[in-house]
Amino acid sequence: MNALVENIAQYNFAYLDEQTKRMIRRAILKGIAIPGYQVPFASREMPMPYGWGTGGVQVTASIIGPDDVLKVIDQGADDTTNAVSIRAFFRKVADVAVTTETAKATIIQTRHRIPEYPLAAGQVLVYQVPIPEPLRFLEPRETETRKMHALEEYGLMHVKLYEDIAKHGRIATTYAYPVKVEGRYVMDPSPTPKFDNPKMHMSPALQLFGAGREKRIYAIPPFTEVVSLDFEDHPFEVQSFDQPCALCGAEQVYLDEVILDDHGGHMFVCSDTDHCEKRRENGHTGATAAGSKEAVE
Amino acid sequence: MEMPGQSIDGGFADPVFDAQSVFRAVMDAMARPGTVQPIGRSASPPAPLTPTAAAVALTLCDHDTPLWLDAALLASDAAKTWLGFHTGAPLAHNPAEAHFALVCDPAEMIALENFAQGTQEYPDRSATLILAVESLTAGPGLRLEGPGIETEATISPTPLPRHFVEQWKQNHGRFPRGVDVILAAPEHVACLPRTTRIKTMEA
Repeated sequence: MNALVENIAQYNFAYLDEQTKRMIRRAILKGIAIPGYQVPFASREMPMPYGWGTGGVQVTASIIGPDDVLKVIDQGADDTTNAVSIRAFFRKVADVAVTTETAKATIIQTRHRIPEYPLAAGQVLVYQVPIPEPLRFLEPRETETRKMHALEEYGLMHVKLYEDIAKHGRIATTYAYPVKVEGRYVMDPSPTPKFDNPKMHMSPALQLFGAGREKRIYAIPPFTEVVSLDFEDHPFEVQSFDQPCALCGAEQVYLDEVILDDHGGHMFVCSDTDHCEKRRENGHTGATAAGSKEAVE
Repeated sequence: MEMPGQSIDGGFADPVFDAQSVFRAVMDAMARPGTVQPIGRSASPPAPLTPTAAAVALTLCDHDTPLWLDAALLASDAAKTWLGFHTGAPLAHNPAEAHFALVCDPAEMIALENFAQGTQEYPDRSATLILAVESLTAGPGLRLEGPGIETEATISPTPLPRHFVEQWKQNHGRFPRGVDVILAAPEHVACLPRTTRIKTMEA
């Protein structure tokens, strides 16, 4: 027998039982065949609360094999609670290799960011999704939103974006920014910053989305058209930042604001920790990392 | 009378890891239509069921998925008992009720429109057809376009159902409804999801 024989609880590889994996695998194939359509699935109870990525974990558990290398990020970071605990979970239940390097991973489970380093063919990006239905806050009834998707009736979403413009002078939606997949389904890209939306378009990687509490799986195959909704006179724009990353000096990346003290001191740093570390290893420095404390204060 | 062992032997040697490996090949093939994915593990089913088609069935089918068999398979008690023992999938007598269809004689296959197409509200309630083909390279070339394909892909499966290109055009036209096809060749799989457009049939 194996070394774990002294444990009372003997779990199947990757925690889920085989029948559950088959059910999820069938849903994944349907999701890939109908890009952007939310496939209902019989989401299971997982040993973590809803909101901690139970949908993403079930998708990852159903596709992962012993040869995979797993990376888990939470808001771009490899070292936050959610990322660390999910990584530890899969190391325990599937005994797979884990990494923090984007390029080395075969499966990347993510909560609300797409890595800055470009994804490659053969990689799978698994999103943890809280509310998969982009129309849910506009129309609470599932029967109605389902009909709206069936009839391709997305006027309400455009009205919402228009109301943004009427109120704020611009489209004020900054995350979970709705996209249209392959000219058919309007889809919620999960609460990623809209900064990441262009990375979904024609990505060489397969993108899978799992919503555990809401029991939906959806997918974007590689090289698929993903267009952020906008208007001719108010085209889609991503966030831009006035200053580069304070640690590595990177520009054109998504930055987090970090509060440093009680006197209003703050700095902006890369949200993608792997990208930031790689750049610093290669000798790039920002205002704070250069050692000048004044830059911070 | 068949040997009792015939319906019991020949499943996956290592069910958990074999199913995972076959699924990843099918998933990659579905995500990138036109690519031919090698299948490392397979099953040893009784004829006319082929090892690759059987491996795909073991990976995806169970008691939740009514399975439709073509005439060649239906005529084989050995294949039926083998599938019954290893997957537990109930047989669907009506193709419109099947979640999966196993076809070992694609050239004589009934039209794609006979299978469950899903509904406009639930396009996922459609059939996935597993076609046992002899080769993915020896047939007439099909030029493919659509999601999962960067510019263009070519695949040459044989044999295919009659008027397949025309049937597939109608299938694609029903999007988001429609069937998806898994082509199971010896040691390889390729997929045609409903989003794929077949541009031309090359000579």
